[in-house]
Amino acid sequence: MATLNILVAVCLIYVAFLFAIAFAAERAANHGHVKWLHSPAIYTLSLSIYCTAWTFYGAVGYAARSGLEYLTIYIGPSLVMIGWWWILRKLVRIGRSQRVTSIADLISSRYGKSNLLAVGVTILAVIGTTPYIALQLQSVTLSFAVFSAPEDPSGLLPYNDSTALLVAMGLALFTIIFGTRNLDVNERHHGVVIAISVEAIVKLFALTAVGAFVVWGVGGGLAETLQRIDASEMGRWQMRGDRWAALIFLSAAAFLCLPRMFQVMVVENDHESHLRTASWAFPAYLMVMSLFVVPIAVLGLDLLPKGANPDLFVLTLPLATGNDGLAMLSFLGGFSSATSMVIVAALALSTMVSNHIVMPIWLTLTGGGAKMSGDVRHVVILSRRLSIGGVVLLGYLYFRLSGGGSALAAIGLISFAGVAQFLPVLLGGIFWRGATRSGAFAGLSVGFLVWAYALLLPSFGTGTLISESVMLNGPMGLSWLRPQAFFGIEGMDPLVHAVLWSISLNALVFFLASLVDFPSPLERLQGAQFVNVFEHSSRPQSWSGNMAQSEDLMIMAQRILGGQEAQSLFEAEAQRQGMTGYLPVPSPDFLQVLERALSGSVGGATAHAMIGQIVGGASVSVEDLMAVADETAQMMEYSSKLEAKSEEQARTARQLHQVNEKLTQISVQKDAFLGQVSHELRTPMTSIRAFSEILRDSDRLSAAEKVKYSSIIHDEAVRLTRLLDDLLDLSVLESGQVNLNIQTGRLSEVLEHSVAAALTGAGDGKLVVRRQKGREAVTLCTDLDRLSQVFINLISNARKYCDAEAPELEISVIRNQDRVVVDFTDNGSGISEQDQAVIFEKFARVSEMKAGGAGLGLAICREIMARLDGSVTYLPGQGGTAFRVSLPVSLADA
Amino acid sequence: MTERRSPLFLERQSYRRRRLTDLTRMLPVIGALLWSVPLLWPSGGDNSPRSSVAIVYLFGVWLGMVLLGALMAWLLKRADPPGPGRDG
Repeated sequence: MATLNILVAVCLIYVAFLFAIAFAAERAANHGHVKWLHSPAIYTLSLSIYCTAWTFYGAVGYAARSGLEYLTIYIGPSLVMIGWWWILRKLVRIGRSQRVTSIADLISSRYGKSNLLAVGVTILAVIGTTPYIALQLQSVTLSFAVFSAPEDPSGLLPYNDSTALLVAMGLALFTIIFGTRNLDVNERHHGVVIAISVEAIVKLFALTAVGAFVVWGVGGGLAETLQRIDASEMGRWQMRGDRWAALIFLSAAAFLCLPRMFQVMVVENDHESHLRTASWAFPAYLMVMSLFVVPIAVLGLDLLPKGANPDLFVLTLPLATGNDGLAMLSFLGGFSSATSMVIVAALALSTMVSNHIVMPIWLTLTGGGAKMSGDVRHVVILSRRLSIGGVVLLGYLYFRLSGGGSALAAIGLISFAGVAQFLPVLLGGIFWRGATRSGAFAGLSVGFLVWAYALLLPSFGTGTLISESVMLNGPMGLSWLRPQAFFGIEGMDPLVHAVLWSISLNALVFFLASLVDFPSPLERLQGAQFVNVFEHSSRPQSWSGNMAQSEDLMIMAQRILGGQEAQSLFEAEAQRQGMTGYLPVPSPDFLQVLERALSGSVGGATAHAMIGQIVGGASVSVEDLMAVADETAQMMEYSSKLEAKSEEQARTARQLHQVNEKLTQISVQKDAFLGQVSHELRTPMTSIRAFSEILRDSDRLSAAEKVKYSSIIHDEAVRLTRLLDDLLDLSVLESGQVNLNIQTGRLSEVLEHSVAAALTGAGDGKLVVRRQKGREAVTLCTDLDRLSQVFINLISNARKYCDAEAPELEISVIRNQDRVVVDFTDNGSGISEQDQAVIFEKFARVSEMKAGGAGLGLAICREIMARLDGSVTYLPGQGGTAFRVSLPVSLADA
Repeated sequence: MTERRSPLFLERQSYRRRRLTDLTRMLPVIGALLWSVPLLWPSGGDNSPRSSVAIVYLFGVWLGMVLLGALMAWLLKRADPPGPGRDG
């Protein structure tokens, strides 16, 4: 029992260590220190989640039962990796250019962004993966049992279920913490990747250590061990050729199609060149992993008592020879294999379930994508978390219900054959432009039906889910439909039989249905983009939108990507189009960029539907199809030249248009202002003259009247002075002759002072100011008085012009690397788009005369911020009027 | 040789690169063929190969594939003109 306690302690320390490493990686990534996280070595190691507990424990058991056949499971993937130039290179390129989030996303994107197909693939992936997760839980439970009751390793202890439950909960927790920390548009999870890389090293080290111990410690050297192998039951080559070939094919197919492999291989890929390294390094990893399997199996059969579970030789062999430390290491290796598989599988499946099942349902229930209120990101994250919990729970339930009896390898191969059904659709999608959605749907359905009927159902045992008479005589006496002897061909190995028929019928139906179908334009376009990804990675697919939709798009994007992310995306696009501000023209280019960004968070099909809701559907024009279809170099060059030229012209035209509009407006304003200034000067002048004449000419004024009149004169003079001060201030700022009084101070203090100054004299004090004081702790090195002048202006503008019933002003502070951004957002009705263009001009006034300013405030603010190397801009799409002040942070603080 | 003109040089280089990728493409085919050799061995009889021989053969092919793959990766990286392999 003491060993068990130590084991639990070691296990907990190891888990804590993994959490710490994952946290450190996330922190490093957040601070931009990601270079070592993006190395080919990490990529290669993360691929090793292919080696689950099935490899770690099961391979030895497999070898003990069927000799060298276990090698097929590793030879297949090695061939795929060595042949990376054919398939993987293309998959990774497509994955990156289309921002693919999962294998379901890839398949649905290829076939016209069909969500139905994505749902199908997701469900099938869940069915195929659940038993596999159960398998991992079982292996951890079994290995615990070995330590707690070495004399009876097969005995199921009363607390086995709770072990499995605890492990399942811990894994779900880890995946939730590091898999859904934020909605990354690239779907990369540094914490998870680094943890599984560490686990990859641990399991490799553990298995080699046990292997070396067995060969040199127990077996007495290499040559002797080989002799022992030859002398054992498996001394001669024994193999069914059909199984050898079929299993190599099956494992290669599963390697490409397993959702968890797709996740680490394509989605988490940082750079295509990593694949080049992994192409030989990963086969080397697999080779070392399988090197010592046979010696362990042979010596286990030799030394351990008859009836010992060969699946656990890796543990029981060191234990039986008294090497508790080595057994502990071996346990950690197995634990690592199991946990890393469950973590990545849960992550991959939850992305699929959330993006293709939960989110579409939620969007339908809440009345459609773009127009609902509130931040969608928390919904997406919540749905991911629930999905992770759900996936792990399913695995646990399967473990409980199945009772955990059958040999490990059997479940693994059935699961492989299930996911391998994606292969025809996947390869057809990236190599054959004629593949269509209905073909994919038909092929997948047939493949899965055959798989379930010929392999999955019989695996539960004859008489459980499939009756004996069906097994012997076929359903309803149709003997050619017997589950293990289709078309009367008897005597085949059941697994080979199922793989052969399911994959070939799948591919055949997929092919034939694709031939007779006629694809939609979107399907054809996507097909061309996928198949010819190396020729033209980024052909725009035409969305057509108009300017009025930009703000709607921004509102939607902010809810999904988050405010900052969306704003910088929009700003960059606007700049690329040669415009200022945050609202680019919704050109097809821009809409495509936006769709890809969104699809990183919610999946391709959903993103497509959401943008479609706002801009009114995609139109694939004849030109698009022509451009894709005509692949002669000349055509491409000519059209791209034309395109570049017309884009250039469009950009210039847009700029000219913008400038022209501005000029016209300014000229109108100038005229209006001249009248305004005359008026502003004349009104006080008139009253000053009138009242001073009264004071001069009438003798019978009471003292009170004298005081009243002279104070009117005084007030008017003050108003005049203020107007003149403003004008003077502005001209000084504009001419650049201003002297800045640079000081160091805290942003919080400046804001404190500004709020107090702007709200005194308000009297009614209606405006509620909300601040996030925690984030205001930023040290600034700038002219604090001038800055506070800007803040006061913005706050008092909100006080004066916010037309909400209960006016509120939110001041939020965001700290970037070298800049600090302060947003002032009120809850009023905002400023119309045409006014947004002029509010920073001199004498511009939006609301007529309401508060009687001269319209100089924002112009002064803009000049001040320009002097301070910062900016003040209007931020559209925030619900009310929003101004953004951005200024550099002092170096000392950064 | 010292007076190689730049265009000729480039052409030769890209020609070499193409042949290099051809070889890369062939690697899995070679591997598949070599790993299919066990299909020809008689199974389970007295004249079938000893397991130790089979192990040495299969792992030997494996090691060969890994080394060749590493060599190809290195050659490809060297031949890679700056640019491709960039972010998609």
